[in-house]
Amino acid sequence: MAEHLGLSEAISRYVQDGDTVALEGFTHLIPFAAGHEIIRQQKRDLTVSRMTPDLIYDQLIGAGCVRKLLFSWGGNPGVGSLYRFRDAVENGWPVPLELEEHSHAGLTNRYVAGASGMPFTVMKGYLGNSLGEIASHVRFLDCPFTGETVAAVRALNPDTGILHAQRADRAGNVQLWGISGVFREVAMASGRVIVTVEEVVDVLDRRPGDFVMPSMAVTAVCEVPQGARPSYVQDYYERDNDLYRKWPEMSRDRDTFLAWLDESVMGA
Amino acid sequence: MPTWAADEIMSVVAARLLRDGMSCFVGIGIPSTVANLARNTHAPNLFLIYEAGALGAKPYRLPLSIGDGELAVTADSVVSVPEIFNYWLQGGHIDVGYLSAAQIDRFGNLNTTVIGPDYHDPKVRLPGAGGAPEIAAHCHEVTVIMRHARRAFVPRVDFVTSVGLGPEPDTRSRLGFRGAGPIKVITDLGILRPDPQDNELTLVAIHPGVEVRDVQDRTQWPLRVAPSLEVTNAPTSEELAALRDLKNRS
Repeated sequence: MAEHLGLSEAISRYVQDGDTVALEGFTHLIPFAAGHEIIRQQKRDLTVSRMTPDLIYDQLIGAGCVRKLLFSWGGNPGVGSLYRFRDAVENGWPVPLELEEHSHAGLTNRYVAGASGMPFTVMKGYLGNSLGEIASHVRFLDCPFTGETVAAVRALNPDTGILHAQRADRAGNVQLWGISGVFREVAMASGRVIVTVEEVVDVLDRRPGDFVMPSMAVTAVCEVPQGARPSYVQDYYERDNDLYRKWPEMSRDRDTFLAWLDESVMGA
Repeated sequence: MPTWAADEIMSVVAARLLRDGMSCFVGIGIPSTVANLARNTHAPNLFLIYEAGALGAKPYRLPLSIGDGELAVTADSVVSVPEIFNYWLQGGHIDVGYLSAAQIDRFGNLNTTVIGPDYHDPKVRLPGAGGAPEIAAHCHEVTVIMRHARRAFVPRVDFVTSVGLGPEPDTRSRLGFRGAGPIKVITDLGILRPDPQDNELTLVAIHPGVEVRDVQDRTQWPLRVAPSLEVTNAPTSEELAALRDLKNRS
């Protein structure tokens, strides 16, 4: 059963230095408020996984929380580079960053295997490319039925999965609609699950295309209105595309980034 | 003097190749422009799939990012990311996918990962794979759209992010890929297609006003020219108006 907690209590209890943490959400429902709380609590040496690091991991990396990044597409979509990510990779600032690189399907399937309680799952996309050669989480094996070669990808079970959704009820059932990304896979693969929500309501009135993650699959629910800004929450608020476009100039220079961090995250 | 920009002729030429009713796997940027231009002109029933989970998206504005709300609310259905990659792509339901890259080689291998010989110490760190390896492997065919620059058209890519046509005729079938791979490459200078004999990308068409020598100068391998070299039809005023209208909305 999920427990209703304040965000700072949930992060302090369920994210420890050195943990593997997945903060997911595909463009939609990115748990920025939880990421900022991790920065405020100065967690260190985290291994973080996300398909698209996005601004949220650029910020965690620039704040020195991250030792290792698992990812599958490391840009600012439609805009360009992530400069804190690049500075950490190219110059080791503020701390060296180890990369473990995937394709979208590869990282997705690692969550699928983890959620399924399997040591690995199989796919084809790594056959014949350089990623399949360099990645330590990819191996090749022959299908026992047909003999064809397939790529095996190792299961990923984060210590803590952190996700955002529209609503929860008092019992901690979580309701989400719109683009769901890998919400279910991360929730089911992770040892502990923190879900931040826009609002807690008495009754979850159902929506077309929604799903409800039962309370028993969730560790903590935190009511954090606006908790996904500057990403978006369908039927609550739109993506702040202007901020995404401005992020390069806010983050390219270390001092400018640190000033932003002090004012907008540490001081918040 | 041409009255269109480089991105405009690439978008118009690529959009013409789409037939109504096809299913298209669409990325952000020019691919999204191409697919929606075709949908707004000659192919109103194109089925657009965006990797964040939108099936049958019909955006009015072009999205900035792959998971924009505009895609979800106009879609026939929204599914999870594992469903998109495992069922829709790997399952073989997509007719055409679009890719671009920092490097393409003579066999259509694509690099969006690193520039330089050493992966661990790259000259340039690029965004990485995203959905590209699966698009290249599993769509029935792939159209590559990219600007024709000498540093981008290389004999051999530094890193194979997405598998092209291979030096051997059976490279793809030995890998178990059912799709034909990148069989059309559309640039701002012309169109390249693989030679049926050995899969090497060959110039089959040039855009109006372009000389063959311009294309060869901007290609690092000795680019072959098809004996039946064609000149593409210039973008019509209707095509350019539809394209500019779509851009202005977005």
